[in-house]
Amino acid sequence: MKKTVLSIAAAAAMLSFGTMAAEAKVKACWIYVGPIGDFGYSYQHHQGLLEVQKELGDQVETAYLESVPEGADAERALERFARSGCNIIFATSFGFMDATNKVAGRFPDVKFEHATGYKREHPNVATYNSKFHEGRYVQGVIAAKVSKTGVAGYIASFPIPEVVLGINAFMLGAQSVNPDFKVKVVWANTWYDAGKEADAAKALIDQGVDVITQHTDSTAPMQVATERGVKAFGQATDMIKFGPETQLTAIVDDWGPYYVKRVKAVIDGTWQQQDVWDGMKEGNVVMAPFTNMSDDAKKAAEEITAKIKSGEFNPYTGPITRQDGSEWLKPGEVADNATLLGLNFYVKGVDDKLPQ
Amino acid sequence: MGMLEAILITIATAATPLLIAGIGELVVERSGVLNLGVEGMMVMGAVTGFGVALMTGSPWLGFLAAIAVGALFSLLFAFLTLTLVTNQVATGLALTLLGLGLSGMIGESFVGIPGVKLGSIHIPLLTDLPLVGKFLFGQDPIFYISLLLTGGVAYFLFRTRAGLTLRSVGDNHASAHALGINVILIRYLAVMFGGACAGLAGGYLSIVYTPQWVENMTAGRGWIALALVVFASWRPWRVLAGAYLFGAVTIGQLHAQALGIGVPSQLLSSLPYLATIVVLVLISGNRRLTMVNTPASLGRPFVPDR
Repeated sequence: MKKTVLSIAAAAAMLSFGTMAAEAKVKACWIYVGPIGDFGYSYQHHQGLLEVQKELGDQVETAYLESVPEGADAERALERFARSGCNIIFATSFGFMDATNKVAGRFPDVKFEHATGYKREHPNVATYNSKFHEGRYVQGVIAAKVSKTGVAGYIASFPIPEVVLGINAFMLGAQSVNPDFKVKVVWANTWYDAGKEADAAKALIDQGVDVITQHTDSTAPMQVATERGVKAFGQATDMIKFGPETQLTAIVDDWGPYYVKRVKAVIDGTWQQQDVWDGMKEGNVVMAPFTNMSDDAKKAAEEITAKIKSGEFNPYTGPITRQDGSEWLKPGEVADNATLLGLNFYVKGVDDKLPQ
Repeated sequence: MGMLEAILITIATAATPLLIAGIGELVVERSGVLNLGVEGMMVMGAVTGFGVALMTGSPWLGFLAAIAVGALFSLLFAFLTLTLVTNQVATGLALTLLGLGLSGMIGESFVGIPGVKLGSIHIPLLTDLPLVGKFLFGQDPIFYISLLLTGGVAYFLFRTRAGLTLRSVGDNHASAHALGINVILIRYLAVMFGGACAGLAGGYLSIVYTPQWVENMTAGRGWIALALVVFASWRPWRVLAGAYLFGAVTIGQLHAQALGIGVPSQLLSSLPYLATIVVLVLISGNRRLTMVNTPASLGRPFVPDR
């Protein structure tokens, strides 16, 4: 928190200077939940900012705040940005949802874009998201192909729909190959704590999993997997450097094209509220090269990726049974987006009790 | 390697940085100085240790650099609070802020690069002993150093004349001064020892625990070390007990989750904090003993009469 105060102060100083320097420029601002040096989620958003700078050059001015805690601090940070002349503000974490809507009500002329949320209480709030779970499904397929013990470990952050969506998709993908596949879930209750993520990975490996996947943001689990000789998936960014012989693939978030499009819309005056949920098809979710697996596994992974990319296949297609054994989706039935975005139950086979 | 042994080693890895930073801070506080900058010194140690190990290829040089930077960084604190007599609490907090910001800036180019890892030792025969071999004789060298450090500090504080002098400075700096003891010099040395320990603990994170640099990678461990010192009522072996208890419950709850027991993970995640507080409050329940152990001049500025 203290760091936030410091960075807010620094950013404010920068911003006031920037506003004086250029009057006509559109100012685009980002708020990250982690440090841009996490080499994961926030890092990828920041790559998007850099792409905006590169693409739009002189037309735009950018600013960002990193390591902003979800909650009251986020509201302060957003308000600070709105006051300092930002024209469009990207709030890049689920936990910024309420703060974003609250501040948006007070600044009707500023455009707000909230990532991974679902509340749009004012006309100047848009939401955007990526279908990471499409990548998770592919990971599930790969995990079931390469695992010898038939058990994968899943390091999860917080029990929110986005994370549950990923766990279920991973499970469904694995079950499509091996119906008896098991997934062990450990909640780290943090997005980002290298040590804790490493401990979680060790605990899972000690309990017999031989494939690790994570929905937390550091590269620590990949390193632990390398040390212990099991396989792992990279998160948010290609982590192959941390496990040249460990990483099977990674889900890479590519926010750049979306950010460029939206900032450009503000420049052109065509910005409108919307709710976007893009995935592999639109290029938001990219799979890193399939490595360290048999040709058979690679082929299966490539096939399913191609199917999802072309829109031919949706991971959430029935028949799907809930964890308690009741039917959720009938054969051929496809879950609608609203249900998925509020998902709060596991599918059958997940070896965990969902914290409520 | 059996599962129990694997768990024990994981616990030791989680506890070691807390123990090292805690022991350092204990010496500082025993001399009557409250340095809240542990987190900042730790994170500076982490980034320097990582960088030097990466550039030289030697984890040991990385550790030396981490120790040196921790001590240097604490020297800044010592100069401000002891020579210029600024407020210790505010200066300590400032040190943490500065450390977090500065390390992020220094470490910018280290992000996304795998680091150099200090491996575990291997003693033929001993390490291969069943059950305990790997835990007792097959861990990373810093683990053994942390135990020696705890024993050494306990011996120094309570069995040597110099230790007695340091404690007397912490208990009553005016009397110590009247006896001709150089209060400021002793506090300078204590603060620098604390800084060196915090630097080493930080280096442990980025060279042994998770050999990588990510911003803010200490993630509050400096604060936990600080709290351990207070709850351990300034006794070295109790800091060790607290650190290992904290580590054990942290790792234990992860295993409980992986086993799939039906307890909410939020509760399990808060368990290490709860358990450590409860146990340390219980063992320091004797109020008279606690009062005897509390450095009476803790946090009080000292200005020698001129």
